[in-house]
Amino acid sequence: MSQLSQRPGISVVGQRHRHESADGHVTGTALYTDDLSQRLSGVLHAYPVQSTHAHAKILGIETSAALAAPGVIKVITAQDIPGVNDQGAKHDEPMLPVDEVMFYGQPVAWVLGESLEAAKAGAKSVTVDYEALESLITIKDAMAANSFHGIQPEIAKGDPEGAFAQAAHVFEGDFEFAGQEHFYLETQNSLALVDENGQIMIHCSTQHPTETQDIVSHVLGIDANEVTVQVLRMGGGFGGKEMQPHGYAAVAALGAVLTGRPVRVRLDRTLDMTMTGKRHGFHATWKIGFDEQGRFLGLDAQLTADGGWSLDLSEPVLTRAMCHIDNSYWIPNIRVKGRIAKCHKTSQTAFRGFGGPQGMLVMEDILGRVAPQLGLDARELRRRNFYTEGQNTPYYQPVRHPERLEAAWSQVLDTADIAQREAQIREFNAAHEHTKRALALTPVKFGISFNLTAFNQGGALVLVYKDGSVLVNHGGTEMGQGLHTKMLQVAATALGVPLSMVRIAATRTDKVPNTSATAASSGSDLNGGAVKDACEQIQARLAQVAAGKLGVPAHEVRFGDGQVTALGKSESLDWKEVVNAAYFQRIQLSAAGYYRTEGLHWDLSRMTGSPFKYFAYGVAASEVEVSRFDGSYVLRRVDIVHDVGDSLSPLVDLGQIEGGFVQGSGWLTLEDLRWDTSDGPGRGRVATAAASTYKIPSFSEMPEVFNVSLLQKAHEEGAVYGSKAVGEPPLMLAFSVREALRQAVAEFGLAGQPVELASPATPEAVFWAIESVRKGA
Amino acid sequence: MSAEATQETKCLVTVNGTAKEIDGPPHTNALDFLRGQGLIGCKEGCAEGECGACSILVARSDGQGSRWTAVNACLLPAAALDGQEIITSEGLGSVAAMHPVQEEMANRGGSQCGYCTPGFVCSMAAEYYRPERSSQPAVSAGDGEAHQCGPNGFDLHALSGNLCRCTGYRPIRDAAYALGTPETEDPLAARQAQPVPEPPATDIQRADTPTGDLGRFRRPTDLDQALQILAEEPDTVLLAGGTDWGVEVNIKGARARSVLAIDRLAELRQSRWTEKFLELGAGCTLSEVERQLAGKVPLLSKLFPQFASRLIRNGATMGGNLGTGSPIGDTPPALLALEAELVLSSIRGNRMVALEDYFTGYRQSVREPGEMITAIRIPLPLSELTSFQKISKRRFDDISSVAIGYAVRAEGGLITKARIGLGGVAATPLRAISTEAMLEGKPWNLETIRAAAHTMGLEGTPMDDHRASAEYRKAMLAYSLERFYAQQHSRCAAEEGEQNS
Repeated sequence: MSQLSQRPGISVVGQRHRHESADGHVTGTALYTDDLSQRLSGVLHAYPVQSTHAHAKILGIETSAALAAPGVIKVITAQDIPGVNDQGAKHDEPMLPVDEVMFYGQPVAWVLGESLEAAKAGAKSVTVDYEALESLITIKDAMAANSFHGIQPEIAKGDPEGAFAQAAHVFEGDFEFAGQEHFYLETQNSLALVDENGQIMIHCSTQHPTETQDIVSHVLGIDANEVTVQVLRMGGGFGGKEMQPHGYAAVAALGAVLTGRPVRVRLDRTLDMTMTGKRHGFHATWKIGFDEQGRFLGLDAQLTADGGWSLDLSEPVLTRAMCHIDNSYWIPNIRVKGRIAKCHKTSQTAFRGFGGPQGMLVMEDILGRVAPQLGLDARELRRRNFYTEGQNTPYYQPVRHPERLEAAWSQVLDTADIAQREAQIREFNAAHEHTKRALALTPVKFGISFNLTAFNQGGALVLVYKDGSVLVNHGGTEMGQGLHTKMLQVAATALGVPLSMVRIAATRTDKVPNTSATAASSGSDLNGGAVKDACEQIQARLAQVAAGKLGVPAHEVRFGDGQVTALGKSESLDWKEVVNAAYFQRIQLSAAGYYRTEGLHWDLSRMTGSPFKYFAYGVAASEVEVSRFDGSYVLRRVDIVHDVGDSLSPLVDLGQIEGGFVQGSGWLTLEDLRWDTSDGPGRGRVATAAASTYKIPSFSEMPEVFNVSLLQKAHEEGAVYGSKAVGEPPLMLAFSVREALRQAVAEFGLAGQPVELASPATPEAVFWAIESVRKGA
Repeated sequence: MSAEATQETKCLVTVNGTAKEIDGPPHTNALDFLRGQGLIGCKEGCAEGECGACSILVARSDGQGSRWTAVNACLLPAAALDGQEIITSEGLGSVAAMHPVQEEMANRGGSQCGYCTPGFVCSMAAEYYRPERSSQPAVSAGDGEAHQCGPNGFDLHALSGNLCRCTGYRPIRDAAYALGTPETEDPLAARQAQPVPEPPATDIQRADTPTGDLGRFRRPTDLDQALQILAEEPDTVLLAGGTDWGVEVNIKGARARSVLAIDRLAELRQSRWTEKFLELGAGCTLSEVERQLAGKVPLLSKLFPQFASRLIRNGATMGGNLGTGSPIGDTPPALLALEAELVLSSIRGNRMVALEDYFTGYRQSVREPGEMITAIRIPLPLSELTSFQKISKRRFDDISSVAIGYAVRAEGGLITKARIGLGGVAATPLRAISTEAMLEGKPWNLETIRAAAHTMGLEGTPMDDHRASAEYRKAMLAYSLERFYAQQHSRCAAEEGEQNS
């Protein structure tokens, strides 16, 4: 066991604890960014003037009527930006357009008003003169027009053409599938004020406070040390607050500078859905070869990500998609090309899984489609192709612990009574003409770490006060995923104090600088490593103090549950007593902690290396029942075995697995993101820009029976206290739902027919798939 | 008191036991009002009654006592709460003394980001206090839309209007199913034994826009007064629940010069059975009608669980759902099948209009200026073969792509009467007249059904939109009869099975 992964005898990690803010959540007293604006006086409210074209030249912006309107204080346009007019990381994303709008709904100006009502009314009276330009809305529009941006990477290993020549079976196809709206319950929020001595204070619902700080400082043309970003908590993030908040934070900050008053930018649901980026939809073409036994010989694929108008995070999303097209399967010969379509839509961005789900969906779709033509059960086809020890990925990273995949698969087969239930399903289907059932298993292998090696670092600042109480600052943000809960457990474990003695402080850029986004499932790994490091520095100093008191060498001092003891000594000291003594001995009681993930390397130009510290594994079995009358379905039962390493916090991990699964199932079956693709005046508008038209899973989509187990004996050497990341991997367990739907559809037709299924597989899509197989029958 | 009286009254609502004055512009919704009071547990997630993050509890009359009723604060004008009592998540319990619902939610991992949680807590508390809960085992509503009930009688539909993006719902369900019964000394349980105060007359007129335009909100005390105001100001907006108007105000920025709240008028809240008909008060909410009917109109029993969410059914009224004239409202297809008639009232008196003659175009009807719907009459006896088919993307809390109501009578193996109501396939709800004609007088068998399917598929003029394609809508109509027949068939089989076992 590594020093990083080893747990002490008394360990708070691994215990089941409620979310650290649960009490505040349930009583409605936990504070979110917008709740703070109620506590300030003189707050101005911002509302955007949105583009009414998907693509147009701006000929002029007339603001005089707005400025004359009651309660309007200021109209912000591009001319007001003192620094760099850019809100992205690639310098292709003006915060406010100068002469060209790039998507329907893009903010062209922001109106600041005494009330939200006044700002809205003001925004209505701003007139923008446009000259409409040709627009590309769909990914196919962009592909046809050869409109791409960013890198066009390629993964290549072996000889796919040679493999096809030898293959017993070769299939080709294409597949286009939709993106997903984040639909965090709390929309984008920023509240900025000018503090003492010109310091800008921004409260922001952001997953990436450091980048928010960077972008605000370059927009304002000031240094990073003049901007502080604080995050209390987010009402959900899911990747949607990794890049997207920066521009709105900059608007709030600029407004505060221009007016001297606090400025609140809160997107209502419609603004949020029409302005912010979403999960990338993709288009894929593929050719695949199998041997006689249904083993992969070669794959040649092209992935096109629907990037929207600016790059945002499209390049790393594409890279991750390409690195995950193998999912859990050994493909000896492979070529994958990637590119990013540029079109006139919102700029698509990070979303839980970050391209991984898209890459893996292509593979799972292929397997689901071709299994009947190979004459194989899809379940058997999948298992037959699992990675085994000693194999490596298409980008040449060795696959460590592939036996966990097999272990999880067997455990699901066993504990979910798969064989017996399949027999019951056959009976049910024979007896029912209008409804059919099916059950599918799918695996997940997901790489953990940011593909870009530099991001794999974390920081913390741990403060021990004279009374023994502990305050933990770290660079990660809390969006509901339970990071703070885990960090409290890590600190309590590392210091050897009860959980009740440790508190978490809000995430602030003036406490821990230069942090990475809380993203890529890496929050606990990176910040946990840093918190542990800080705690161990303090503990080492306290051990010296305690050693003096106990009359033993420092290395024999042990900390646990608020007591300080020594090996072979019956005497014990109270933690508080040791802390107090340390203070009087003038021993520093705080420490900055730091962690970087070792052993990573990645060559983006060649798409080779070992970008991931480890892989997280999981297996899900889903059973559905489908009605042929309307294509509607219910998710009858789901069984999951998932690998979280040695869990830091089992209740939190369980929540991530279940929640990720349901969110993934929403993406694949229900959430139907539509743009206006007509040539009418609404061309390019998000047609499903409200909760009433964009449906996320509700109680009716919860599996009726939902069994989740954590894979046992899953210690991970390379991560804090033997744990593994859990935020993203479970989302992809939902492929099992889509594959079960495909198999249920097949039950309405003749055996051996391939079933093509649209994604999302809405009831309508399932209905047409059934119609199609019934015609074939 | 004449309708002319404009003496502004003070608007007071009891929030968590303390009287608060509602002094904002008349269009202010209860969500913004509460947040302005510092009660930030009430959250805006969508501002259109879809997500439930703003759910609060209102004490509503249930005939004798009161019951804590969960509603969407975003859809409720704050002024509509004048004289009423509400509870928010902050009022249910505190960190130091949590409510049982809060304790279960916190313990079981029912919150992750926590943003939807106060709303869930309020919806769950309403079900916790529902008097019939513990004595009511799982009740089947038929058509596969069985109520999902926990061992403690907790009806999961109570949470159908609350969205959570983090948890996947399982821990929330487990929290709900673990709830016990309120202690006798529980003050909120005790409160339910007491009646709610009579709705006071509300009349406020204040600046309602930044430019100072006035808006007026009135709640008259009786129907005569309401009709008088409506006669004098026919363009006044009638507020009968507000689940549609709230969306107009929040999302589309609608502001009315005058709003008239009619949903508490005693005259609109009476339901009665006669030999010839059943009359439902137009001011009764869907939830109230559901309780009053107690399953006695099977077609409506099938409709209710599919109508939006419990939060919306607690706000929306029968009259309001018809009054807005939406082609995708869910009550019209059922009521058309039931051959409902509407009682339209004005100062000139009452008139009856058959529902099938009521709708004239997209959100247009024969209702004249100065008229309001006061009651809905359903002729008796009811046809025994019924079905309500709602086609939507999501099972709970969605809007229909297509909705179809069936009420069919078969005697001696022949279809003697067929009434089919359709929604979502034209600019108005309509009856499937041609299909009905194809069925009547024919044998009640699969052959008849299949013969009529083509005709059914040609009913209406379905459109393409983001909910569904026109082709899908047509196919849903075409398959609907067979589905209806299969439902009846499987029900007979199930009943025979029960008798045999």
